[in-house]
Amino acid sequence: MTLTKTLLGAVAALALTSGAALADPAIIFDLGGKFDKSFNEAAFNGAERWAKETGGTYRDVELQSDAQREQYLRNFAEKGFNPIVMAGFSFATALETVAADFPDTKFAIIDMVVDAPNVRSVVFNEQEGSYLAGIAAAYAAKGDTVSFVGGMDIPLISKFACGYAEGFKSVKPEGKVIVNMTGTTPAAWNDPVKGGELTRAQKSAGSEVVFAAAGGTGLGVLQTAADEGMLSIGVDSNQNYLQPGSVLTSMVKRVDNAVYDAFTQGETLETGINVMGLSNDGVGVAMDEYNAALITPEMKAAIDDATAKIIAGEIVVHDYMSDESCPAF
Amino acid sequence: MTKMPKWADAVLIPLISIFLAFLLSGLVIMAIGKDPVVAIKTMVQGAFGSSNGIGYTLYYTTNFIFTGLSVAVAYHARLFNIGSEGQAALGGLGVALVCLYVPWPHWAIALPAAMIGGALFGAAWAFIPAYLQAKRGSHIVITTIMFNFIGSALIGYILLNYLKVPGSMSTESTRFGAGAHLPTFHEMLAPLGIEFNKNAPVNVSFLIALLAAVGFYFLIWRTRLGYEIRAYGQSETAAKYAGINPVRIVVIAMLISGALSGLMAINNVMGEAERLIDNAVEGAGFIGIAVALMGRNHPIGIVLAALLFGFLYQGGGELSFWESIPRELVVVIQALVIMFTGALDNMVRAPLEKLFIALNKKKEA
Repeated sequence: MTLTKTLLGAVAALALTSGAALADPAIIFDLGGKFDKSFNEAAFNGAERWAKETGGTYRDVELQSDAQREQYLRNFAEKGFNPIVMAGFSFATALETVAADFPDTKFAIIDMVVDAPNVRSVVFNEQEGSYLAGIAAAYAAKGDTVSFVGGMDIPLISKFACGYAEGFKSVKPEGKVIVNMTGTTPAAWNDPVKGGELTRAQKSAGSEVVFAAAGGTGLGVLQTAADEGMLSIGVDSNQNYLQPGSVLTSMVKRVDNAVYDAFTQGETLETGINVMGLSNDGVGVAMDEYNAALITPEMKAAIDDATAKIIAGEIVVHDYMSDESCPAF
Repeated sequence: MTKMPKWADAVLIPLISIFLAFLLSGLVIMAIGKDPVVAIKTMVQGAFGSSNGIGYTLYYTTNFIFTGLSVAVAYHARLFNIGSEGQAALGGLGVALVCLYVPWPHWAIALPAAMIGGALFGAAWAFIPAYLQAKRGSHIVITTIMFNFIGSALIGYILLNYLKVPGSMSTESTRFGAGAHLPTFHEMLAPLGIEFNKNAPVNVSFLIALLAAVGFYFLIWRTRLGYEIRAYGQSETAAKYAGINPVRIVVIAMLISGALSGLMAINNVMGEAERLIDNAVEGAGFIGIAVALMGRNHPIGIVLAALLFGFLYQGGGELSFWESIPRELVVVIQALVIMFTGALDNMVRAPLEKLFIALNKKKEA
């Protein structure tokens, strides 16, 4: 009797300690790997920042094959990690099945909406940040023409283009925005040569500022813009330092903040759709020492003004993905 | 007596090679400051320690058996088919079309149809390089490599323009219907009272892969066609002299090879993902080359080698998951195994042969 009691007590104590020790957050990166200089790395930086600031520990894993999405999600959930963050929309299918099997575990997926009671879906208002980039382009350009280079032709990228065009036309209503997509396959994300060609073509059509939302292709756009004496606008991460003096600004998408927030909230993670926009530092335009010389006071004032109005709801930037059309095109 | 016994050639050499590979891997793991014993334990435990682990190991194994057999058939005709990757991808398209456009009432009917679809598409993709080799003398290594890229671009194009769910961002088709769901080991073993993890992706196609290995044996060593393939592989001139049509053998061997690769899709596309995703093959075609070489192009060897690589995949995944060993290092371990069993074969063989000769001499004296 006493023995059983002791044993039971020991088991209970063990269960408690292991439960407490393992209530760490976890993050799964997509196939690109955590050092991809872009999306995954931003997520990784957010996790690292959380670890540094709170002294907490977290677990991460990189995928090697598609079958591992569900496997790793389950592994983390079974071992009691909570919350579990996924970087990328490709996890949606796996998450739909796993989330139902672990109702007490909280999950967060970035860039995708998964409708389940224990899932936080983080989506970004890319159109708002792009709107500000459009205003910056309008003030920087002497003439009436600016341009946009997209990666793969998907609705998400048109969302960037549409916000950019709207922002530009809010300053120069009669102006012209040339929009080009690099391709229709995933290869379009990594074709810097074609990105450069498109940029040159846009310059000969009169464009003075080019906004690249094209992953690795964008590096070719930024390079060519610097070579041709144009201004460019980077995307996702702060890319101002890549071509100092030529990159007007970068439309940053704070994936790191999304991860940081999810980790900070921990097991009490707020589920449902979490929209990251200008109001909660989800998107924005990057200002640092590399582009300080390019930002004029009236440009800065216009950007700040628009930021305030968007946050206040006085300006509503059209979301291309809501109806797959754009009034500013 | 100058040769070593057959068992030493078939069993001892691979075992010593694998042992050496793991020894070196252990040193590499030590070099990054981790405990090699714990690492090996994690791998074995992760791959065979639970029915979930076994399920994943056998899932990968199934892929590698198909591609290994595919490479081996071509190899018996002295054709180096590096295109299994692309052929398996096209096989996936074949399987997906069969599963998407026919409302199957039951998997037992859907599976044979999907097998035909996968095999046909895989074989068709192998036919073009085979024809070019047989008729025009274009080297099959070059053409099959190129066809991997063409295949991947083609799949991307078809997925994006015809099969993708409208409005969705991911390049994948819609889910197949419930009638195309293949029974997993969990569903197959439950009636027998055996509890198998229900989340493991291993499914009935593992048995199909084993059947294919048996069929492979009969084809290569028990039929006239197999004899012709082997004869052509041994010596093209002698085969011609014996009245074997080289064009026919090259094309047929490649068609079978492509069909076997295409069959892989019943496992990864139909069995696991239940939809067509971009880059579904994930390098299994290239692993097939290592599997065929290591298995000495014999079905038993191929099944065992495929199991080893299944273990390396699943165990390696667990290693990076639990021990925070970067996935790149897991690839290094896999590469060491390939290097020792494939490329450095003679390093083990030569001294072992000498040892056996010395032992035999002693016995004779």
